[in-house]
Amino acid sequence: MSRIRDNYENSRCLKIKKWIDGEVDLLASGVEIEAPEEAKEAALPESDLPNPAWQPGMRRPKAAKRRRRNRDGRDIRYFRRIYQLMSVFLCLAIIFILLWTVSYLPAFGNAGNPDNNEVSARYIESGLQETGAVNIVTGMILDYRAFDTFGESCVLFIASCCVLVLLRIDAADGDARARKRLREADDRVFEPKNDVILQRCACVMVPLIMVFGIYIILNGHLSPGGGFSGGAVLGSGLILYLNAFGFKETERFFTEKVYRRVTLSALTFYCLAKSYSFFTGANHLHSGIPLGTPGAILSSGLILPLNICVGLVVACTMYAFYTLFRKGGM
Amino acid sequence: MGAPLFVNMEETISIILFGIGFTMLLLHRNLIKKIMGMNIMDTAVYLFLAVKGYINGRMVPIVVDGIQDVSAYINPVPSGLVLTGIVVSVSTTALMLALTIRLYERYGSLDLDEILIRMKEEERP
Repeated sequence: MSRIRDNYENSRCLKIKKWIDGEVDLLASGVEIEAPEEAKEAALPESDLPNPAWQPGMRRPKAAKRRRRNRDGRDIRYFRRIYQLMSVFLCLAIIFILLWTVSYLPAFGNAGNPDNNEVSARYIESGLQETGAVNIVTGMILDYRAFDTFGESCVLFIASCCVLVLLRIDAADGDARARKRLREADDRVFEPKNDVILQRCACVMVPLIMVFGIYIILNGHLSPGGGFSGGAVLGSGLILYLNAFGFKETERFFTEKVYRRVTLSALTFYCLAKSYSFFTGANHLHSGIPLGTPGAILSSGLILPLNICVGLVVACTMYAFYTLFRKGGM
Repeated sequence: MGAPLFVNMEETISIILFGIGFTMLLLHRNLIKKIMGMNIMDTAVYLFLAVKGYINGRMVPIVVDGIQDVSAYINPVPSGLVLTGIVVSVSTTALMLALTIRLYERYGSLDLDEILIRMKEEERP
């Protein structure tokens, strides 16, 4: 009787039942399937194994666990095989279903497609008169759908805040480990001091990149471009300058305080400029800002200042991402 | 099914790209590669949106010479949607990479299974 019971406890059926019930996790008993050097190590007696304090990048050697791992290795292998097969099958099924849907979609590039409806017709026909922007896409995203763009800027700002929270290294609360991490992350010690090629190239390139970025931002309502692309160009110029000349030079004009002030004032100006309809509650309210002649640089009402705001936010966010990932602070 | 797929070649390619990204997301255990798969999926969505806005033989929606006819320009709405998508994708990618860095500092591995095992081991008494 007990032998039958043992057989049942060792059988795959019970294990699968337990796994389905969530009592054991197959993954929890080991991930390495067949590592030959590990099998050799497992043959050694337990006392020979070193037992250092656990550190990142180091596996905790435990002979008992390894024995169990060898026993369960076959189950894990099956599980992994089934997982891979199922995921490939799932992906193929998704691709097939989507392709099936695509084969019923209307033909590519046809003017009579249902997405070319009265919304886009309205934007094209009266966008120039209503927003003053020659670029219809800019007029759409910064006038008709300005709240959407405001939300996007806020998404960028919140993302940089989250990265700041996650990657910030604070020396003040510091035990020895935090200080060590700070010293490792502070690559001002290691960064190249006088990389002549990079510095000479940056001397030529950075002003050009900056001017190009400002051009894209200021001409957002006249030509392809706008706050997002121009801001990305400005941010890349800042990053190039930082790489060439180091944090000491950059911090003369761009510190965390500057970042905070620029981003917050840009977002606040955007919010106040576009929320007048909230405060007045009117539907057909005229903004009172002249739209100007279409095609002139000072035209199309609020779109130019809003583009500048978005560009500043994007440039600051790009630079903040870079510095946070590089040294955990600004 | 074959002929419409060939006519809608751009959509077909975007669907296949989406599938490649999804497969990467499921099959790779490395977190960085999972993020790459996510970005490939994002790109597929941009391609799909841009394709949906295009109309054969028409211009970019920038008014030149005062022509304001609907039949002169492509659909401007999907372009704005792609812009939104790019911004959100950049933000989520930065957030995921930051989380990955923290996970690596905590558990010393980029392998998702390895990280889960270490978590279980730490939960155990």
